[in-house]
Amino acid sequence: MSEPHSYIGFEEYSQRIPQSIPAAVQQATSRFVGLRAARVAEMPHWEQLRQLGSDIRLHTIENLDYYLTKLEINVQAAGGIVHWAATAGDARQIVLQIAKEHDVKLAVKSKSMATEEIELNHALEEAGIEALETDLGEYIIQLAGTGPSHIIVPAVHLKKEEIASLFSEKLKIQAPADPAVLARIARETLREKFLNAEMGITGANFLVAETGTLVIVTNEGNGRMCSTMPDLHVAVVGIDKVIPDWETLTVFLKLLARSATGQKISTYTQFITGPRKEEGEFGPKEFHLVLLDNGRSKILQDSVGREIFKCIRCGACANVCPVYKHVGGFAYGWFISGPIGAIFAPQMLGTRVARELPYASTLCGACADVCPVKIPIPKILRHLRKRVAEGDVVSGPAMATSIRATAGLVSLALAWNWIYRTGTRLLPSIMGVFLKDGWIPSAPYPLSRWTSVRPLPRFNAQFRSWWKNKLGKKDTSR
Amino acid sequence: MAKAQLFITCLADQFYTGTLQNMTRLLEELGVELIFPPEQTCCGQPLYNNGFEDRTREVARNFLRAFSHTDAPIVGPSGSCASMIKHHYPDLFPVGTPEHNLANEIAARTHEFTDYLVNVLKVTDVGAVYPHKVTYHASCHYLREMGLKTEAKSLLSNVKGLEFITLNEEDTCCGFGGAFTVTFPEVSRLLMEKKVGNIIASQADTVVMCEPGCLMNVAGGLYKAGSNIRAMHIIDLLAER
Repeated sequence: MSEPHSYIGFEEYSQRIPQSIPAAVQQATSRFVGLRAARVAEMPHWEQLRQLGSDIRLHTIENLDYYLTKLEINVQAAGGIVHWAATAGDARQIVLQIAKEHDVKLAVKSKSMATEEIELNHALEEAGIEALETDLGEYIIQLAGTGPSHIIVPAVHLKKEEIASLFSEKLKIQAPADPAVLARIARETLREKFLNAEMGITGANFLVAETGTLVIVTNEGNGRMCSTMPDLHVAVVGIDKVIPDWETLTVFLKLLARSATGQKISTYTQFITGPRKEEGEFGPKEFHLVLLDNGRSKILQDSVGREIFKCIRCGACANVCPVYKHVGGFAYGWFISGPIGAIFAPQMLGTRVARELPYASTLCGACADVCPVKIPIPKILRHLRKRVAEGDVVSGPAMATSIRATAGLVSLALAWNWIYRTGTRLLPSIMGVFLKDGWIPSAPYPLSRWTSVRPLPRFNAQFRSWWKNKLGKKDTSR
Repeated sequence: MAKAQLFITCLADQFYTGTLQNMTRLLEELGVELIFPPEQTCCGQPLYNNGFEDRTREVARNFLRAFSHTDAPIVGPSGSCASMIKHHYPDLFPVGTPEHNLANEIAARTHEFTDYLVNVLKVTDVGAVYPHKVTYHASCHYLREMGLKTEAKSLLSNVKGLEFITLNEEDTCCGFGGAFTVTFPEVSRLLMEKKVGNIIASQADTVVMCEPGCLMNVAGGLYKAGSNIRAMHIIDLLAER
């Protein structure tokens, strides 16, 4: 499991959301939503494709031991070196050891959620190694000193003006708020680093077990530079990323770009099978694959929760999530945000640290509707809420005793219908005290949490007596 | 003659007497003989969605008892509550037990109001007259869990004098989300204000929906925003003559 993570206070964060975030996030996500919809409309068999994607991913994670063994054999056969990391700490140690053996001073990185998960940059810096992010969005947030706020658009929370002032401050230049110019500045800075780096670090979108092939999908080509220019390439990848073969890969390449950015295919799709075999060939001299467990195999034992590992990290769920669109990614407290983050962190970090996240959704279901691999996110949210409220084999209840006691009382009143019916008769006069202009503008706790935002309608509850009266009339008329 | 059991839902029971009276009138006008089981309370969704599955089972047992006196269809003014019965009750009891079988049987004959009208009674024109500009909010569980995409709109299209205006982001959550409103009131506010903003921008004079929960949220939000736009349950609009 991961090291202890600090408590994720979703509610506390939601009370102080920087004003610029929702605007920036909504602008970008709305564009993606529109583009995705256009691509999906072009695909008459989209729903069948989603089902196929879901079936293949579920099959793979349910037979992960088989496919991982196959993958290891084939990566080794292609001349690569495979490392198994049980924890985030193990993974960091493995990468540091490789870097040390090769006397690495500078490492260039392509965008990778797995290295965010293990906080690799921090570990490299502590060991005196410069680690530079080369994806534009990642480069920006590295300058800003934050984590990503979206799976595929890490700097989605920043407007171009904010990025310009960040560049001006950190790079000691005069940067205009022009995306093309900002990208050129980043490119010039990065080009030199690519040429001097001794190590390239990447993640992977997929691992093809059949041939031991690493698949990286990018739009900037930086993944290709990281994995071919330095003589040493280290890929850190979660064990859930394996897929059976090239035929199944075609399904995910069709689903991924369309769901993520609304492209038919990403600009660069790269297939890496081992290091270069002979001089003159492209690619590094040495290729290492670090397979990261970090608690995944434990989650795989949970038949409901495990479906999270079908995820292909497209971010479509966040793009349509009304909660994410208003709070942004940092509210979720870890490197994966949005609906998928709300079911990821509680499982990976435990329901005590992330107990608010399963509730950070209205259960509107928009996420499940767009998920390219049909992860039943609302179902998993409810499943995790059960773990928080009642506990289960994985974890004990993490909810305040007072709330659990209240739920107990509520269920008594609803299950013993005479209590409910008595309450229904009494509530209109009790709550009548608070009436003003036909509304209840301010009610006592816990209803105050409702009325702090909008008034409560009047409790009228006349239907039962009206019905009784109506029945009585009907009987006498007969 | 068709028979149906009225499932009034706890929210409509507490807050929307008029809607329940209108539901009764509309169904009786269409020749449906109605039964009202008074033992009914709530479907238990607030407990279920907050992780209290054991507690939900107790509430569900009350519901199953209340509605198994006859085998008449069950009709309620909420897609969310109907979905709780239809899609989640069977999961509450172990497969093969008598309770699971009963839950399945009850689930099969539970309907949301517009679903019952359009798909069971095959009625899309109830003779309503409402000469206003009307926009429509597609409630989440009604739309996505119950899959009711066209029912409300086809009923509205037959209302005399009604001018329909499509709402921007029609199918985006209004921020109600049951206990979500009181768990994260500030986030709920942001979603609600966005929805209310879209409703005001639509220039409709009425916004209609098929869910008492959303209605409480949206109507309260409009009131707070100082808007005169009328928020209505679709049943109340269909009862206009």
